[in-house]
Amino acid sequence: MTKSVLIEKVSEKVGSLTIKQTEIVVETVFDSIKDSLIKGEKIEIRGFGNFKLKNRRPRKARNPKTGEKVDVPEKRVLHFKVGKALREAMNSK
Amino acid sequence: MTKADLVDRIFEKIGLSKKEALEIIEILFDTMKQTFVEGESVKISGFGTFNVRQKMARRGRNPKTGDDLEITPRKVITFRASNQLKSGIEKRNV
Repeated sequence: MTKSVLIEKVSEKVGSLTIKQTEIVVETVFDSIKDSLIKGEKIEIRGFGNFKLKNRRPRKARNPKTGEKVDVPEKRVLHFKVGKALREAMNSK
Repeated sequence: MTKADLVDRIFEKIGLSKKEALEIIEILFDTMKQTFVEGESVKISGFGTFNVRQKMARRGRNPKTGDDLEITPRKVITFRASNQLKSGIEKRNV
């Protein structure tokens, strides 16, 4: 499912908003989550899941082609953890 | 950030009432959840992709007791951030 299909479905279910208006809301939701993650905040959507940044320690690695040692700096990666309600709904039956 | 903060953003930026904003947010996440339950992935361009993956049954161990057990087959979601989101996060790394 793509964002445009998602927007159509949400618009149908809401009833009171046009597709265009729904699109603005949906874009605002994802943009807000994105901005907040970039600031380093954690996102918790109860029943859906959490988005959290995890730190990766700096490490030494090798270029597999040349065998040269390279320093990999410390970095942050994004992790999504599925919420309990969703995990259970996906795995019931 | 929680759903309540998202409601506030929509109220401030778009001017929908908080009640309407909450209703739409609930419908948005419920629609995505329903899609995952059906086994379908969701791709949000500019944000990322949620993939539903089927895991096979495998042998595992209870880390606490060391007992052998079977890990049942299950569905999991993997999220991959879009390049745009990833680079936004990386820029903050210094």
